[in-house]
Amino acid sequence: MKYISNTPAEQKQMLQEIGVEEISDLFQAIPDNIKFDRSFNLPEALSELELRELVKEKAAKNLDLSNFDSYLGAGSYDHYIPAIIDHLILRSEFYTAYTPYQAELSQGTLQAMYEYQSMICELTGMGISNASLLDGASALGEAVIMARRHTRNSRVLLPKTLHPAYANVARTYGEPHGLDFVDLPLEGGQLKLKSLENELDEETAAVVVQYPNFFGSLEEMKKIAELLEDYSKALLIVAANPIALGLLTPPGDFGADIVVGEGQPLGNTVNYGGPNLGYMAIKDDRRLLRQLPGRLVGKTEDVEGETGYVMTMQTREQHIRREKATSNICTNQALNALMASIYMATMGKEGLQEVANQCYQKTRYLIARLTELEDVEVVNQDNHFNEFWLKVDRPGTSLEEIEQKMCERDILAGVNLAELTDQEGLLVCVTEKKTRQDLDNYVKSLEVVLND
Amino acid sequence: MTEPLIKEYGSPGRKGYSLPELDVPEENPGEKLPAGTVRKEAAELPEVSEVDVVRHFTSLSNMNYGVDSGIYPLGSCTMKYNPKINEDVARIPNLAHIHPHQKEKYVQGSLEILYELKQYLAEISGMDEVSLQPASGAHGEYVGLMIIRKYFEKQGEERTKVIVPDSAHGTNPASATMAGFDVVEIESNERGMVDLDSLRAAVDDDVAALMLTNPNTLGIFERDICEIQQIIHDAGGLLYYDGANMNAVMGYARPGDMEFDVIHYNLHKTFSTPHGGGGPGSGPVAVKERLAPYLPAPVLQKEGSQYYWDYDRPDTMGKVHAFHGNYGVMLRAYAYIRTAGGEGLREITENAVLNANYMKHKLKDTYELPFASDSLHEFVLSGSRQKKDGITTANIAKRLLDYEQYAPTIYFPLIVKEAIMVEPTETENLRSLDRFIETMKIISREIEEEPELVENAPHNTVVRKLDEAQAARNPDLRW
Amino acid sequence: MKVPEGLYYTEDHEWLKVENGAGTMGITDFAQEELGDIVFVELPEVGDDFQQHDNFGVIESVKAVSDLYIPVSGEITGINEKLLDQPELVNDEPYQEGWIVKIKLSDEGELDELMDAEDYREFLKEEA
Ligand SMILES: Cc1ncc(COP(=O)(O)O)c(C=O)c1O
Repeated sequence: MKYISNTPAEQKQMLQEIGVEEISDLFQAIPDNIKFDRSFNLPEALSELELRELVKEKAAKNLDLSNFDSYLGAGSYDHYIPAIIDHLILRSEFYTAYTPYQAELSQGTLQAMYEYQSMICELTGMGISNASLLDGASALGEAVIMARRHTRNSRVLLPKTLHPAYANVARTYGEPHGLDFVDLPLEGGQLKLKSLENELDEETAAVVVQYPNFFGSLEEMKKIAELLEDYSKALLIVAANPIALGLLTPPGDFGADIVVGEGQPLGNTVNYGGPNLGYMAIKDDRRLLRQLPGRLVGKTEDVEGETGYVMTMQTREQHIRREKATSNICTNQALNALMASIYMATMGKEGLQEVANQCYQKTRYLIARLTELEDVEVVNQDNHFNEFWLKVDRPGTSLEEIEQKMCERDILAGVNLAELTDQEGLLVCVTEKKTRQDLDNYVKSLEVVLND
Repeated sequence: MTEPLIKEYGSPGRKGYSLPELDVPEENPGEKLPAGTVRKEAAELPEVSEVDVVRHFTSLSNMNYGVDSGIYPLGSCTMKYNPKINEDVARIPNLAHIHPHQKEKYVQGSLEILYELKQYLAEISGMDEVSLQPASGAHGEYVGLMIIRKYFEKQGEERTKVIVPDSAHGTNPASATMAGFDVVEIESNERGMVDLDSLRAAVDDDVAALMLTNPNTLGIFERDICEIQQIIHDAGGLLYYDGANMNAVMGYARPGDMEFDVIHYNLHKTFSTPHGGGGPGSGPVAVKERLAPYLPAPVLQKEGSQYYWDYDRPDTMGKVHAFHGNYGVMLRAYAYIRTAGGEGLREITENAVLNANYMKHKLKDTYELPFASDSLHEFVLSGSRQKKDGITTANIAKRLLDYEQYAPTIYFPLIVKEAIMVEPTETENLRSLDRFIETMKIISREIEEEPELVENAPHNTVVRKLDEAQAARNPDLRW
Repeated sequence: MKVPEGLYYTEDHEWLKVENGAGTMGITDFAQEELGDIVFVELPEVGDDFQQHDNFGVIESVKAVSDLYIPVSGEITGINEKLLDQPELVNDEPYQEGWIVKIKLSDEGELDELMDAEDYREFLKEEA
């Protein structure tokens, strides 16, 4: 299938109108010496039916999450997703539209983005949100170069409690702009405050804090904010899990200048890590606003005084400002932002609190039960949201073996920290989808595995 | 007819969700967590019912327009039909419901698909190695330029400049800045192509790369590509190909054969994945062998019959996404390529070019055609004739909306005054092309006979012309 | 298109009025028309020193951005703060309430390089 609906007769008619004999005549501008003169070495075209069969066959080689009781998180979270989300986003007027260049025929997308921006602000306690970035990690990358432009400083403090992939992406983005990244060590699952105090100086452009951090712990946000008060230039960048903000004090309340993060937990599936969405919110500051990357939707009026929505402050963007733009971003993650919007609206004020609370309580429960086991320790047993750092110290049993044996019992026990960091242990994630029975089974299985 | 904000549907205590009862003991979170970290007041999210949400978003969707609604001739964006089977493929549960931290052995089926996709993209472009990590075209540009940066760093050469033609898309110069380069803009010649003398004058030892779109944003194939690549390569620079316009050349020419060193694709353009109101997209980068070491880590590899992510890339440019990019978009592109087949991709290109040329031919007497050179899958008109009558290209675009058709890209490329950039794509048929052509002619007549009608357009949309100046002067960005 | 007599003009479509070594500058009627609805003006600070042709600020409309260049060397002695809240003054009254900065000229000789109203009208014709 090629989805071409002109018939050969129509094609012929069109060629005649144009005044050429054959379609290939339209390609004369391509010099002969570079013309592609063979067929593609690609598989033959498939019918819909054949495609379905082929892909199903390949898909069967996967063991998806439905085969397991999964405790994987570390940046991608398997929360409950209300059924209406997929139904609504599949409305083709949303789904098959592009960036709302013609506002009057794109009010649906525009108003939805305005609502998205509003709800992200409510959640983060910030003044302004853009209409999405590519993912959480690249949003952090954008944030550090924004801090560079805003402060003209070059030092960025990155705690070892930041998601390693985010740290990696931030470095990648920052390197061409002469940013120096300084690692802040960790201590018991939190960033070491003393080192932050020592490293902060007048040349600091930003301090990045993940909230909750990579290991699941909450940092001493208040103290961090206080330390920053002595350095008027340095920005506080918080990378926050938006679901956690159902329970936790919004970063805006701690004086965050920029809040970024992965919006996936808001109604987006895990989907092997993409597509999901980066969000970015900033405090209500005109100067910072002018440095903001990404699309922005604003409310306005039409000639008759009716309320309407448009993309605004576009002079920040690449299509106008070109090499001086605040970012190169063009295509963003609008549909994923729409999913996040529908999620936030559906769960609403109470629902988001309840999701967050259930995540917390169930995590607590699992930690409490696990720490009853011998040789099992939870580094952050009292300081966590929905992830925790599990250490198992059973002589003669490696973590890999434990993982494997849990797997044989259909449990994905967590992310092995050694794969991502220089730490040991499992990063275990619990969402509201878990039942007490699941959690008890996790504990029992681990006990059996350890005594094997 | 406006739709209230979702929060206006709210009433205290109204709910639109259901969750199972909490089945574990409940503790006060404030007891254990660091002081001040528990939220005192709930975030002011809407309090609405499921029906409210459904009605609200359905109503919003009715105020929108997509490819499924009708022609969407947005130049440079390749708004082709998005096949529904691709959506079904991407939703197959054991493909969709996998976690990025699952071990490779559990996701071999997905990795196989991605690996094959990589191979297809290498073949279609004539390149050697591919990274699927970039999440958009601009993201791909950034990755490509960072690869170039790393390459020269490794060669011990300090090259600081990237040359960009003045017809280039805004993301090109913006990406060059993001990657730490200085941008040198060169002028196009009267044929709408790179001016070789300007290029020669701009090239020196500091030039790391030339970024080129071919066909360029005028839809015109850069005939001098062989000389261009010679000039750049002779000076030790590299050649970057912006693959936004691959729909114009598939099966007819490959960037690799044109001696490009790095390219990015836009899977959301060429390979039919839906644009979602602005995204998501996917911007894979393909490179020649000598640049492969610098690709973002990890790179998907195969050993025997096993697929794995290779993290051992000491010279990598780094990483630009937390995981592996927009996987769901890749599945759709894979489905598209498999249903088209090699020969089909060529026919797709042929029909995209045929449709565009037909339209250009039919419209070039009504609207000025500033560059007469042969064009491929898109063409650029100018509203300058109409401007003399006091009607701008923006007015024309708005008037098109009254006829329930989306407008072309306007005011881009920047080198054309009052630009109207039309890309019909191959999925439009003669009937819808003719309707658009006819509408453009009607508007031209209206400009002569009833200019106010066009000047004050749109008239039939849910809102009339919106005040963008007010929006920018006093930004109202949230409720 | 208004091109008042008695002002100096630049090829960047800026005007300069000089009285007793004190200059006031803004953008011309042509420039504001080309830019469209002005939505933002980025101003320098009083006391900043600039050399002739230096970029000292930015003016933005909905869909365009234009750098501002100082027509003559000198020190900024005043900025039009009204523009921060009412950038539209540049559209409405480019030669009066829409002025942008005041400059203390450091070299009146530089005025010789600028155009008078007649030259500027001619220049506009050529540009078209
Ligand atoms: C020629 C060209 N290059 C690059 C891009 C950027 O692609 P994306 O929007 O996917 O970032 C576009 C998109 O509109 C384009 O048309």
